[in-house]
Amino acid sequence: MRDVAIIGVGMTKWGELWEKSLRTIFTETALLAIEDAGVDHIDSMVVGCMSSGLFVGQEHLASLLPDYLGRNPVPAARVESACSSGGLALRQGFIEVASGMSDIVLVGGVEKMTDVTGCEATYALGTAADQEYEGYHGLTFPGLYAMIAVAHMHQHGTTREQLAMVAVKNHDNGSKNPLAQFPFKITVDGVLKSVLVADPLRILDCSPITDGAAAVILCPAGMAGKWKKPAVRITGSGQATDTIALSSRKDITWIESTHLAAQKALQMAGRKIEDIDLFEVHDCFTIAEICVTEALGIAKKGQGGRAVEEGLTALKGKFPVNPSGGLKAKGHPVGATGVAQAVEVVKQLRGEAGERQVKNARRGLTQNMGGTGGSSLVHVFEAE
Amino acid sequence: MAGIIGYGAYIPRNRIKVEEIAKVWGADAPSYKKGLMLEEKSVPSPDQDTITMAVEASKRALKRAGIDPREIGAVYVGSESHPYAVKPSGTVLAEALNATPDVHTADFEFACKAGTEAMFVALSLVQAGAVKFGLAVGADTSQGAPGDALEYSAAAGAAAFLFGKDPLVAEALETYSYTTDMPDFWRREYQYYPQHGGRFTGDPAYFKHITGAAEGIMAKAKMKPSDFNYVIFHQPNGKFPFRVGEMLGFEKKQIEPGWLVSKLGNTYSGSSPLGLTATLDISKPGDMILIVSYGSGAGSDAFIFKVTERIEEVRDLAPKTTYLLDNNKNYLEYGVYAKYRRKIRKAE
Amino acid sequence: MPTPSRYWREIPQRYRLEAGKCRNCGFICFPPRLICPQCGAREFEPTKIADGGKIITYTVIRVAPDQFVDETPYAVGIAEMDDGVKLTAQVVDCAFAELKVGMRVKIEFRKISEDGRAGVIHYGYKFVPE
Repeated sequence: MRDVAIIGVGMTKWGELWEKSLRTIFTETALLAIEDAGVDHIDSMVVGCMSSGLFVGQEHLASLLPDYLGRNPVPAARVESACSSGGLALRQGFIEVASGMSDIVLVGGVEKMTDVTGCEATYALGTAADQEYEGYHGLTFPGLYAMIAVAHMHQHGTTREQLAMVAVKNHDNGSKNPLAQFPFKITVDGVLKSVLVADPLRILDCSPITDGAAAVILCPAGMAGKWKKPAVRITGSGQATDTIALSSRKDITWIESTHLAAQKALQMAGRKIEDIDLFEVHDCFTIAEICVTEALGIAKKGQGGRAVEEGLTALKGKFPVNPSGGLKAKGHPVGATGVAQAVEVVKQLRGEAGERQVKNARRGLTQNMGGTGGSSLVHVFEAE
Repeated sequence: MAGIIGYGAYIPRNRIKVEEIAKVWGADAPSYKKGLMLEEKSVPSPDQDTITMAVEASKRALKRAGIDPREIGAVYVGSESHPYAVKPSGTVLAEALNATPDVHTADFEFACKAGTEAMFVALSLVQAGAVKFGLAVGADTSQGAPGDALEYSAAAGAAAFLFGKDPLVAEALETYSYTTDMPDFWRREYQYYPQHGGRFTGDPAYFKHITGAAEGIMAKAKMKPSDFNYVIFHQPNGKFPFRVGEMLGFEKKQIEPGWLVSKLGNTYSGSSPLGLTATLDISKPGDMILIVSYGSGAGSDAFIFKVTERIEEVRDLAPKTTYLLDNNKNYLEYGVYAKYRRKIRKAE
Repeated sequence: MPTPSRYWREIPQRYRLEAGKCRNCGFICFPPRLICPQCGAREFEPTKIADGGKIITYTVIRVAPDQFVDETPYAVGIAEMDDGVKLTAQVVDCAFAELKVGMRVKIEFRKISEDGRAGVIHYGYKFVPE
C-alpha cells in the first residue's frame, strides 16, 4: 500500500444557496480543489452524497458530476453511508490511491437540501434510521438523538447546560470561519430558550439544513512534492459499522462504531489519541459531540459533558474539537460534511486557518458518522 | 347449549364535558344535562378507531375465555364507523388476534345495533355447530354534526364477546329480533355526518322497537320483567333507557349497573354491549340478564343470558368496564376535541 | 410512508410482535432475520415478544415528518421488554411530565399513520403506561 497525501482542498460558503443547483455547487467546489492542488488532470472521482434522489430527484451522480466538471470519461463513484457519505468517499479515494489503482483522485461530497420542504427534508434524513421499526413509528433524527441525550443524562448526569456549551463553543469557532453557514456567536441562555425540537434538544442543539459541497485532491505521497502546497498525509483510515436501529445497541449512550473506527485509524497511523492536535467531529446534535469525545477517548466514558464544561475541547483547550465550527455553525450538507472535515484539518495543518488556527497543529483527526452511529469513518492526518 | 365464554371492554380515556360543547355553540348545558341526563362523553384519540378498540376489547375477551385464538371460526365487527368503506375491519382484527387464515370474517352495519347483530350471528353459528368459537364486537367512534344535539352524546367504545359451548360464562337462553323499515336516523354514502328525524326517533322508533323486542323475547321465553336480575337497553341518552324500562315494567335498580351513558356517551354499536360487559362485571352465578339493543333503520336484538359459576373466575382477568369509565380520564377542550375528531378543515 | 406491500409484509410483527429466537444462543430477533446477530447461526424458532416492559429512554417529538404532523407533539421511547428485547414505539395515554426512565409500559394496538385520507391505514404497536 502506498502512502497517500492531500494536495488540494476546496470549499465554498455554505448556506441556503437558492440560486445554485446541486451540479453547480459541486462543480464550483471541485474547481477550487483542483486549482488549489494545481493538477492538470484527475484519474478518478469518488463523491459522497446521502440522498440526491430524495432531495432533488437526481441519481446517477457518477455520470452527472464528472460531466459537469468537464471531465468525462473519467471514472466516478457515488458512495452513500447516510451522514458519513463524505467520510466514506474519503476512505474509498484513499484506498484507490493507496492500492495503486489511481494516482490523482478527486474526493468530493455534496448535498442540496433546500429544494424540498422542511417536512420532506426531515423525512429524507430519517431514511438513515430503520424505516420499518423506527421511522414507521414517527421517529426523527432529532428524536433519536434526544433519546440518546435522555439516557446519557440519566446514566451519567450530563446536564442541559453542558449540551448547550457544545453549541456555544462551536459557534465561537464558527464565528471565525468565513465559509460557515452561521458565522456568529450564541449564548448558553440563547440555546436554553430556543424552541424545542425533541425534548430535551432545542433548535440550537441541532445542526441545520444546508446546501454545500467540499472537495480534496489525493495523490500518492511520493508524488506530492510536484505540486504547489505543502502536502498533508492521510496516515490512518478506519471504518466500523453498528446496528442500524438505536434500540439494538448494547449501550445506547456509547458510540461503539466510532470507538472501533478510531482504534483502527490510530493503529494504522501508529498514534495515540493524545498525539492528535485537533479534531473535526460529527456534532449533528450537541449530544453527539459529547458521545463522540468519549468514544474517541478524549474524555472518559460518561464524562463528555464535563469535558466541554471544563474547556478541554475549546479552541485553546487540550483537545480542540471542531475548530471549523462543526456541523452546528459551519452547516451540515449531509454528504459533504465528511470531506469538509478533511478540508479543515488540511487547512489547519498547513497553517491556513486564520483566526481559528490551532497553534502548532501537526496532526489532526476527523470523525464522521451515519445515522445514530450505524457507521463511522475516522481518518488521521499528519503534516509532512 | 351455547353462550358467552369471554367478554372484554375498551373505552378511550379522553372525555369532553357537555358544558364545554355547549359553550362553543351557545347552547344551554343544563337542559342537556337534566333533559338527557348526559354529563360527559368519551372521545377517541387520533390513533384510535373502531379497529384498534375492537382489537383491545377482543384481547380482553380472549383473556377471560382462555382459548387458543386459532380456534376462532368467525370474527364479526359491527360498527357504523368502520375505518374503511370497502375493506373489512374484521380482517385486521382477525389478523391481530392470530385467528387467520382459518376463519370467516364479516363486517356488520345496522346503526347502533351492529354490535348485537354480530353477536346474534356469532352465537347462531356456534349453536348450529358450524364453528367452535365465534367472536362478535360492537365498536364505534361515531360523530355527531357540530352543534347538533347528537354531538353531546356521540362517543367511542368497544365491547367484544366470544361465543362457544364451553367453558360458559353466561349461557344464551333465548334470542329474538324485531325489525321494520324506518327512516329515523341515517347517513348517505359520502356524507360525513348522519341526519335524523328529531322527535321522530323517539316513540315510533326507539320505543316501539325496544318494547317490541322485549315483549317478543319475554313471550318466547315465557318470562316477565321480575324474572330478570338485570336489563340493558340501548342508551342514546340517559333518559330513554329508564323510560322504556318503566314502560315495560322494569325497576331502576335492574337497569342501573348497565347504564353508562351519562359518563360515557352513546357508543352506538358499543352501547348496549358495553352495558352488558358492565353488568357481567358485577353479576353473580345464576343471574338472569336481558339485553335489548336498538339500531335506527330500524330494529332491536334481544338476548337472554344466564350467568354461570365461571363468572367468579373470569371477571378479574381483564379490566372492568366501570374501571375503564372512571379512571385515567383526560379532559379535552373543544378545540382539541375538534382537532382529534377531524372537524377542522385543513389545507388539502 | 410504507407502500401497501411494504406495510403488509411486516404485519406479523406490527400486529402480533412475532419474533425469531435463535435455536443456538437464544437471542431474540425482532424483526425476525436470516442470520443471528449474536452468534451467526441460521436456525430460529418462532416466538412472540413479551407484552410488558420498562422505558429505558424517551423523548417528545415536536417537529414531525409529514404524516405525523397532526399528532405533534407526541412521545416516543425505547422500552426493554420483560424478555430482554428492546423495542422502539410511541408512548401514548401518558402526560409528558409523567414520562420517566424506568416506568413500566405495556403494548397496545393503535393506528400509526395513514397514507392520506384516501390511502391505506397503518396499524401497529404503541406503549401505554401499565
